[in-house]
Amino acid sequence: MLKYGIPLVLCLALGVFLFVGLQRDPRYVPSPLIGKPAPEFTLPSLQDANYPVSSKELLGQPWVLNVWGTWCAGCRQEHDTLLAIARQKAVPLIGLNWKDDNVAAQRWLQQLGNPYAVVAEDREGRTAIDWGVYGAPETFLIGPDGTVLYKHIAPMTMEVWNAEFLPRIEAARAAKGSQS
Amino acid sequence: MIGKIIRTGLLAGLIAFGGQALAIDTEAAFDDPVLQHRYEAINRELRCLVCQNQTIADSNATLAQDLRREVREMIAAGKTDDEIRDFMIERYGDFVLYRPRMTAQNFLLWAAPALLLLIAAVVLVRVVRRRAQDSDIEADGPEAGQS
Repeated sequence: MLKYGIPLVLCLALGVFLFVGLQRDPRYVPSPLIGKPAPEFTLPSLQDANYPVSSKELLGQPWVLNVWGTWCAGCRQEHDTLLAIARQKAVPLIGLNWKDDNVAAQRWLQQLGNPYAVVAEDREGRTAIDWGVYGAPETFLIGPDGTVLYKHIAPMTMEVWNAEFLPRIEAARAAKGSQS
Repeated sequence: MIGKIIRTGLLAGLIAFGGQALAIDTEAAFDDPVLQHRYEAINRELRCLVCQNQTIADSNATLAQDLRREVREMIAAGKTDDEIRDFMIERYGDFVLYRPRMTAQNFLLWAAPALLLLIAAVVLVRVVRRRAQDSDIEADGPEAGQS
């Protein structure tokens, strides 16, 4: 019994591991930034290069960073969802325009509507590298103390927003409220 | 005739290896061959995360170009290879490395070959000993050693 039992159990265990492995999406790479301080940036605003957008100004409240570009199909796909999220006015939604053409990006916002409180222009892609961005659209949630709370890699949906972002935003607000 | 063979050989060599010498960049990143060698070596160890099964030396995706620029600038700034690797790991995680490090999470994976070998050795020794015992006790029949 033992002679056949042990190899059988080992085989089944290996099968389970491989089967679980098949279900996982290799395109999803978990961010090492979660729970760590968000990388700081100061970049020109998309609409007015003289007006700098700085991550420091956002400290003290939860906020969302959405990485997008006009060249990115998934960004077009999630745009209406972002507009709906912006209408909730739950948190400031900051755009990071990643390696894009300024004119095209401004036209995009004029034609489709602007969900962002402000958009930082990352023409050279350096801030995106600091944030470990590898494929737009990516959306980060940053806590009031400046730590990265969550990262969503794929077009934003209302389901993801309600399930992953809103509860964390409320928890961050509650934690901050009990401190002060 | 011989000249033609040599020329053909050179051409074949160029086609086969010429691309590798400069990787994907149109011109060398460094004049110094030592720095250029380091630059190419480290590029070949870093994963391009948008085109996952390529290194940043293989890929011309914009992200790969940007990461090569970062590597070039860090080498120029005098950073060591380890500092450059740490820069990438901080941002993209261990997955960015084609040559994985040993960490607490993947220790079992690193130890697995040695562990399996050890288990196999233990099993082998026990089986051999049991067979030796069996053949000592029982008469030398054709079934000896089989249980």
